[in-house]
Amino acid sequence: MSKYDIVIVGGGPAGLAAAISARKAGVQKILILERDHELGGILNQCIHNGFGLHTFKEELTGPEYAYRYMKQVYDEKIEYKLNTMVMNISNDRVVTAMNREDGMFEIEAGAVILAMGCRERPRGALNIPGYRPAGIFSAGTAQRLVNMEGYMPGREVVILGSGDIGLIMARRMTLEGAKVKVVAELMPYSGGLKRNIVQCLDDFGIPLKLSHTIIDIEGKDHISAVTIAEVGPDRKPVSGTEERYTCDTLLLSCGLIPENELSRGAGVEMNPVTSGPIVDESLETSIPGVFACGNVLHVHDLVDFVSEEADRAGKNAAKFVDGGCKAEKSKEVIELKAEGGARYTVPSTIDVSKMDDLLTVRFRVGAVYKDAFVNVYVDDNRVMHIKKRIMAPGEMEQVILQKSKLEAAGNIKKITIKVEEE
Amino acid sequence: MTELRELTCIGCPMGCQLHVEIEDGVVKNVTGNTCATGDVYARKEVTNPTRIVTSTVVIKNGDKPRLSVKTESDVPKKAIFKVMDEINHVVVEAPTEIGDTIIENVADTGVSVVATRNIGKR
Ligand SMILES: Cc1cc2nc3c(=O)[nH]c(=O)nc-3n(C[C@H](O)[C@H](O)[C@H](O)COP(=O)(O)OP(=O)(O)OC[C@H]3O[C@@H](n4cnc5c(N)ncnc54)[C@H](O)[C@@H]3O)c2cc1C
Ligand code: SF4
Repeated sequence: MSKYDIVIVGGGPAGLAAAISARKAGVQKILILERDHELGGILNQCIHNGFGLHTFKEELTGPEYAYRYMKQVYDEKIEYKLNTMVMNISNDRVVTAMNREDGMFEIEAGAVILAMGCRERPRGALNIPGYRPAGIFSAGTAQRLVNMEGYMPGREVVILGSGDIGLIMARRMTLEGAKVKVVAELMPYSGGLKRNIVQCLDDFGIPLKLSHTIIDIEGKDHISAVTIAEVGPDRKPVSGTEERYTCDTLLLSCGLIPENELSRGAGVEMNPVTSGPIVDESLETSIPGVFACGNVLHVHDLVDFVSEEADRAGKNAAKFVDGGCKAEKSKEVIELKAEGGARYTVPSTIDVSKMDDLLTVRFRVGAVYKDAFVNVYVDDNRVMHIKKRIMAPGEMEQVILQKSKLEAAGNIKKITIKVEEE
Repeated sequence: MTELRELTCIGCPMGCQLHVEIEDGVVKNVTGNTCATGDVYARKEVTNPTRIVTSTVVIKNGDKPRLSVKTESDVPKKAIFKVMDEINHVVVEAPTEIGDTIIENVADTGVSVVATRNIGKR
């Protein structure tokens, strides 16, 4: 069995950044395993601009952003294997993978970094009775077809769900000559970024119908029309509001979920809210030496945050390897809790002795909040009180905790992040 | 002649509804913005709206079927479809590197269309 200090599962922006930071921290034997035929992950199909504003202070397209990291991986001569699917990770960090040349093989890893990204919610999430004719695609599949294969799925399009991929595809298909008739969103607010609503829909006069859903799909072999209706506060269709649109394509943009079959198989403890692993301040999962970052941990909308998070995972994995790959039981663990509007936090626990001087805690809110406060409580004392003009489920929030302050407080049981009126 | 335009500011997630008063092509007043960014955005957006256009072109003898491209800087919004038309008529030959010029002065905008990925020869 071959041995590596660090094995990284997934060669998207998270895997690449983790590899580079581990190398910079001095780790020699690093291997990236990627099931696709190229590095770069989902960014290869995201040909639009808007990546890297935080990191590079310029607006790159997805492939350009990915290449900045791929180049560093090449320059650092970090090993990677393409067309290689990881099949299993054991709880003592033996990674089983498969490809054409090597067949099935096993690697003993000092540390493992999970960077498998996420996938689109399956269309079973679509609660529509009737047939499932051809012409229904997830927005991400359509993006791959149009941008990578140069294949247009159709000419008359309806989109369900206003997540960013759906919005981006509305513009993309319009530019390629299709008629995008409407974007219907079940919720009373859009899950996508404001900028995308303006530049992908408003620019082309594509209507966005909030609190609307599809109640009927017509066409036996191929989709020919859909019916859209308004939904009430109970999310049930309101009769009399039905509108019929003829179309040959329906795109579903119903959100993303972390890809965690491998993590579950390894016995990693999961967070039911994020569908990602539960991690501590070092981004280490419940299995010692197994770290997670990027969309496999929780779904990100900005790749810059993915790279930053992965950089930390790489550093911490390097520390673990340096320390002889021994599981160190934390003595004092502070629990991080999300309450009152905040849905989850990453990380879930903090060991102050292991944390960096500054620790970024990321979370999302469950609804749109205007003029609300993000309050941080250490046990029962409020220690941070941050006014926010607006918070929305589509945008990730963060607070930064200082090690010195937590040390000074001493003997803390839990830290709570709450979204409150005051 | 006074004209009123309604816009959504994209400066931050607030997404303020902006009301812009235009008189003979000159912005007279912007309201509805919460901060200065909204004012700047509204003035630019009604007088000279611009966008970066991204798409793909056909590539021959490449190890991938499509080459992704972008306008090197933003182009006037009203030129978007002309830019797309030119992009759709281009066929390039592999290999390409990020930054290679694919079309010079696309649709007479003075802006070039450049490659956004490296594609090797098949
Ligand atoms: C359509 C879309 C549009 C976006 N637009 C923007 C934007 O405009 N601006 C912005 O900043 N961000 C944007 N993002 C977000 C950003 O691109 C992602 O958050 C980022 O790519 C996530 O990186 P990742 O490495 O975690 O996942 P991915 O990029 O998904 O990479 C994961 C990799 O793991 C591999 N993998 C998975 N399982 C296995 C396995 N078992 N074995 C081997 N390999 C495996 C996959 O093949 C993949 O290559 C967008 C995302 C999407 C999906
Ligand atoms: S005007 Fe200011 S606060 Fe309002 S959306 Fe624009 S940037 Fe945000």
